[in-house]
Amino acid sequence: MPVNADFQGRVYPPTETYRVSAAKIREFAEAVGSADPVHVDAEVARSRGYADVIAPPTFAVLIAQQCDGQLIRDPEAGIDFSRVVHGEQRFVHHRPLTAGDAVVGTLHVDTVREAGGHAMVTTRTELATEAGEAVCTATSTIVIRGGE
Amino acid sequence: MSTQPSTPSTLSTPSAAPAAVRTFSEVSVGDALPAMTVHVDRARLVQYAGASLDRNRIHWDEPFAKAVGLPDVIAHGMFTMGSAVTLVTAWVGDAGRVVEYGVRFTRPVVVPYDAGADIEVSGVVKSTDPETKRVTVELTATAAGEKVLGRALAVAVLD
Repeated sequence: MPVNADFQGRVYPPTETYRVSAAKIREFAEAVGSADPVHVDAEVARSRGYADVIAPPTFAVLIAQQCDGQLIRDPEAGIDFSRVVHGEQRFVHHRPLTAGDAVVGTLHVDTVREAGGHAMVTTRTELATEAGEAVCTATSTIVIRGGE
Repeated sequence: MSTQPSTPSTLSTPSAAPAAVRTFSEVSVGDALPAMTVHVDRARLVQYAGASLDRNRIHWDEPFAKAVGLPDVIAHGMFTMGSAVTLVTAWVGDAGRVVEYGVRFTRPVVVPYDAGADIEVSGVVKSTDPETKRVTVELTATAAGEKVLGRALAVAVLD
């Protein structure tokens, strides 16, 4: 089943709130090998002007991929997850994700296109606090490999 | 895999003085960042899977990975992306100064059970903007002699 091109331009309602915790930030920082104490020591973070420990630059993917799940799990979209390869990823940070943030993600399906027998879907997740402050724009392109 | 529960002794020791952020005036186009090698093994991928909530079996289950046509278990592209940018954040002096970061995933990092894999990461300053004190670093990441990231650009704001 081909990927449904009608999904291009679709915008999903904001997700449930994700609460950014110091524990998850530490776990993620250790997993990617970021030794900056700003991820684990609130005093260091405050001395640099942050409200609390801050997340590494790619942490937002954790929330963005959960947002993407709304599209990928939608049977109408026609995306076979077993054939999905991550093609591109980009983050624009309006400010660092910080422990204590309560963020919601709004998923936009920017493009759906076919190229060389594969389908490529570019999604954009806008992460903002519950109060509406923009925090991060995460853009992802997935490639759905065509049948052999 | 690091398993220090409470005392982060392997992380940088917090000091009284805030770590200095690199100043814009000391940076020029063409500057090379200190290169590094990221070693990745299966334990590391399981650690990243748990931390990131990306539990796709191709990143830890060898029979599954081979059944879907891969040569072996492969690293999460996001692991490679996330570990590569530590080259930039360490050089800048504050992980919060990276305001933009994007990559293409050009080849998977294959992670054999015994040996794991080494990802060689280097970076060069591609452009600087005196008005915003922003610098753009292009990262190169290779594994087994092949580039695994393409068009990998990180933008950081310096002091």
